[in-house]
Amino acid sequence: MIIGIPRSLFYYKYGTLIKTFFNELGIDYVISNPSNKKILEDGKTLAPSESCMNLKLFLGHVKDLENKCNFLFIPRFESVNKGEKLCTNFYLLPDLVRNIFEEHIIDFNVNVNKGKTMKSAFIELGLYLGFSYNKTVNAYKKALETDKKVKNNLLLKQTNTLNNSNKKILIVGHSYNIYDEMIGKPIINTLEENNFSIIYADICDEKEKNDELSSSIYFTYNKELIRAINYYKEYVDGIIIISAFPCGPDSIVNDLIIRKTKDIPIINLIIDEVSSNTGILTRLESFMDIINKESAYGK
Amino acid sequence: MENKIISFPHMGDYCYFIKPFLENITNMEVRISPPITKKTIEIGSKYSPDSICLPFKYNLGNYIEALEDGASILFQFGGGCRYGNYAPLQKTILKDLGYNFELYEFIKNGKFSFKHIYETIRKINPELTKGKLLKEIITIFIKIMLFDRSEHYTRKKVAKDNDNFKKIKYKFINDLKDKTNIFKIVHTYFSYMRKYQKVRCKKPKLKIGIIGELFTSMEPFSTFNLEDELKNFDISIKRFTDVSYLLIYKNIFHKITKYRARKYIKYHLGADATENVYRTLKLKRKKYDGIIHTKPFGCTPEVGIMPILSRISNEENIPIMFLSFDTENESVGIKTRLEAFIDMLSMRKEKEIEKRNE
Repeated sequence: MIIGIPRSLFYYKYGTLIKTFFNELGIDYVISNPSNKKILEDGKTLAPSESCMNLKLFLGHVKDLENKCNFLFIPRFESVNKGEKLCTNFYLLPDLVRNIFEEHIIDFNVNVNKGKTMKSAFIELGLYLGFSYNKTVNAYKKALETDKKVKNNLLLKQTNTLNNSNKKILIVGHSYNIYDEMIGKPIINTLEENNFSIIYADICDEKEKNDELSSSIYFTYNKELIRAINYYKEYVDGIIIISAFPCGPDSIVNDLIIRKTKDIPIINLIIDEVSSNTGILTRLESFMDIINKESAYGK
Repeated sequence: MENKIISFPHMGDYCYFIKPFLENITNMEVRISPPITKKTIEIGSKYSPDSICLPFKYNLGNYIEALEDGASILFQFGGGCRYGNYAPLQKTILKDLGYNFELYEFIKNGKFSFKHIYETIRKINPELTKGKLLKEIITIFIKIMLFDRSEHYTRKKVAKDNDNFKKIKYKFINDLKDKTNIFKIVHTYFSYMRKYQKVRCKKPKLKIGIIGELFTSMEPFSTFNLEDELKNFDISIKRFTDVSYLLIYKNIFHKITKYRARKYIKYHLGADATENVYRTLKLKRKKYDGIIHTKPFGCTPEVGIMPILSRISNEENIPIMFLSFDTENESVGIKTRLEAFIDMLSMRKEKEIEKRNE
């Protein structure tokens, strides 16, 4: 039995957790290829034309897995923290895929507001796949440990970057945007070529997050990003917000961030599936020039 | 604290009921914001972020016009989905524009909670008691429920003269809005229902169901008076979304809805999406001729369920037209599409009747 995992949306947040869990149980899995032009084209034909770029990419990734696996793994996340929500696109992934593709689907449901935690979801998944309760719990514990280790390593690396003398830029965006080959990667590569150090807003110590702006917002990922901005603001020379068009939560929160964050250069790059990268890169270059000039003259 | 004027954004005809409600609980002057015009949406979209959904732009336009009109306390009634996050951004935008005001949210975290409303209103009117608030809430609920019932009736019927229903409707609203006694409210409702029933009607040509996002369903301006347009073609309309559904029926029937649509969906899809999947099936069962799905551009759950609805449309053999509205649509484009859709439906119906006769 081979399980297919699309490399999109939830993968960037919970990928380590899911992969280690399957490894521990000895299940074979395949992950779809990193996003490329073909995946995007496939997604565009499958998804409604108005839907966001991430959903299109997601369906493209699922298409990429067709005939490579027996089962598709499509989890559903409604809320991961109490009193908060995720974007509604996360709610409908399993049902959407079930209605578009004929492949068999393994799904699970995380909804902390209704008492379905990550742990219970994983245990249900393990039992559904035919493993004993003990084995499943152990696998989940191991997965959680590994996930924590990976996160701590990233955090340590990031703290080291904070202390070096390079100019630093804070990249703000959902994990599935920043690390995607079609969305965030070209931007980050350009920045790195120009000797900027990158600080990722989605890597932030939970304890050090303070809460001013975010109290009234209930989209979990955006809340985390706002807290990260509050934390990293003093260390960086500029902020780049990356979002895909048209993003529901981002459309509200990004404007809020730009309006509330003053005295630091900030740019909002919105990537959509039609434009080539040139326009974005031109804006990025002028932004880099601004930062270089600003520090040359002294703030 | 004197001379503060309260205002709130528009949605359909509900402003007439909200005005006395707010007046009674706050003891302050309430002014209905100027009616929505082209200018409202122009102002609204000028100061809004680009990719935000349409209701935000309408609300912001209403707020700015109300503030220009002298209001200083604003209310936001939206909750759930993106609506719940409107208030912080709207507050920031209006503050940046230099207005001096207070903005209160009526619904917190997508839930209608009595405690939250009580605490919010207490900030404005410290004399408010729980009993008074409860009585007012029950009164407005009953008013809105009865009004929605009458609307359901008029939407279904096709009058010989379209204006007849409208004339009675505005008289009905005028009579109903200031009543405080529940028995009198119910009495007014029945007397006007009798008037509605006396209006001479004709047989509808087609039956069309309207599903979709809540704001575009309820605010006629945002859809270029879609329902009136359909009425001109002698079409009987069924629309599910109204305020009484949002406040009461949705919570009661939520689980049953999901169960009944189990053939196509397994989980809740967020906002009204689950309901819309179920409604499509229900409209097919009730032998409706077609469905119109309305939404603002980029409305996440509604766009997401489009593939599911298309599949239902294919398998159950019922035509669905998807309309999305944004600030720059011209009414002509929508009208042309509507006419083509109606032509297609009537041709389908004729064919069906021919088949049956053979």
